[in-house]
Amino acid sequence: MSEIEIADVAMRFHGRHADVTALERISLTVPDGQFACIVGPSGCGKSTLLMIAAGLITPSEGEVMVDGKPTFEPGADRGMVFQSYSLYPWLSVRRNIEFGPEIKKVPPAERRKTSSELIHLMKLDGFADAYPKVLSGGMKQRAAIARALAGDPEVLLMDEPFGALDAQTRQIMQELLTDIWQRYRKTVIFVTHDIDEAIFLGDVIYVMTSRPGRIRTTLVVDLPRPRTFDTLAGPRFAELRNQVVGVIHEESLKAVESELARA
Amino acid sequence: MSRVPAARIAPAPLAAPPPRRRGFVRTYLTPKQAIPGRARLILAGGSFVFVVGVWSLLASLVQNALFVPSPYQVVVTWWDMMVNLGFYNDVAWSAFRIVAGFLLAAVAAVPLGLLMGSFEAVRSFFNPPINAIRYMPASAFIPLLILLQGLGEDEKITIIWIGVFFQLVLMVMDIAHRVPDEMLNVAYTLGASRWTVFYKVFLPATFPEVVDALRITMGWAWTYLIVAELVAAEHGIGSFILIAERYLRADRIIAAIITIGILGLITDTLFAIVHRLAFPYVEKVRA
Repeated sequence: MSEIEIADVAMRFHGRHADVTALERISLTVPDGQFACIVGPSGCGKSTLLMIAAGLITPSEGEVMVDGKPTFEPGADRGMVFQSYSLYPWLSVRRNIEFGPEIKKVPPAERRKTSSELIHLMKLDGFADAYPKVLSGGMKQRAAIARALAGDPEVLLMDEPFGALDAQTRQIMQELLTDIWQRYRKTVIFVTHDIDEAIFLGDVIYVMTSRPGRIRTTLVVDLPRPRTFDTLAGPRFAELRNQVVGVIHEESLKAVESELARA
Repeated sequence: MSRVPAARIAPAPLAAPPPRRRGFVRTYLTPKQAIPGRARLILAGGSFVFVVGVWSLLASLVQNALFVPSPYQVVVTWWDMMVNLGFYNDVAWSAFRIVAGFLLAAVAAVPLGLLMGSFEAVRSFFNPPINAIRYMPASAFIPLLILLQGLGEDEKITIIWIGVFFQLVLMVMDIAHRVPDEMLNVAYTLGASRWTVFYKVFLPATFPEVVDALRITMGWAWTYLIVAELVAAEHGIGSFILIAERYLRADRIIAAIITIGILGLITDTLFAIVHRLAFPYVEKVRA
């Protein structure tokens, strides 16, 4: 059992003229094995929230707890996948994937077993000994996800992992990710600005708004699993989509109005 | 308006297809467009022939071998320098000074640059003086160093050290500073300690560019050495040039300069080979 709780987290940056509140008292709990998506416009602080969850940024207030224990530093219990892949170019795909096990001093034979399994699952067969430079964007991100999974984290944090991919590749990656998640049942926090992606992948969607960043609505996605390509065509998917779009539209209007009022 | 069926308006399928050959303008005058490999070789070879040709022409027009020797004369002089004047000895002296000064500079500059690029505390402390000294020309230190160290090898090596160290430190600092945060963050979220992140991620991430920086500063080192040798030295290519000037031997000066160029080319090529062998994984941005 591994749940992650973000408790009353606030983040302020010291600007030149005034302090900027990036995040305002955000609380959310992702229970064991849940796939939570955070959706919001760019600049709403969703990536900052994820960095705080990872322990890479210290929040101005509040704390992050894994299984009820507060954490203040990054660690192997919270693995992270970035949009920019961030594979190590000097390591082969296999050595990249084995990076986590290697620093945990897992014996080589065991490491190899883990990496072989993940290479196959992530459809990277034949590229184990290739350097990242020869991989396509989709393959790089599959390798990066494999590397995060090889670290066997309690919680997987994903920061717009498919943001740099083209639409077709993105769809394939989403399907692959639901399959993988179905298999490992990790607790996941997935940040995206793509509403369809959030509905397709998530059990729960947190809709964030900007300035200051806060959670506007929480939506439970009751689409049955396992989800496939057909899920996207169903009426329930369209309903949920309209709901989320409605909330975001309303918020965007408000934001524009408040900008006008200030002007 | 006549009612002509649409199909009739369509162009006749038998119309001649546009020519497939790409014309001269499109092949050679499209910005950033790659040209055929053979053309590239011909142009590269041609440039060499062109330079030698212009030089020969100039020499035959001036008809004064004292000041403008022909390429052939320079080759003959170079052979004479090697066989009869012991020029290889001067080359060896210069090479020794370069290697010594450059190594001493690199050994100090690379670690300090890496530390400055990764730790703001180190950067804040060292950056202001290094940045200021960088703008002081290394050659201006020569008289001072002659006062302090005399005319021996220490003085030559110190000049090269000053010329290379301050530039290299800042280049390496920039390289280290550019290592993407996310590369380090991934390692932290895989459970790596600060030390592990430093030597398993940060250091390897800088290596290829550090070798590039060494390659560039090595080229500069030659300039500082020759200046130091021109001012005062018993041996070395620079002092050879100075003596040649006293005897009005432009051919020897040119031969010596070309020798420096060739030595530079050789070291540069060596660095390129090392780079290719040591870092096969580096993505080539352009061919």
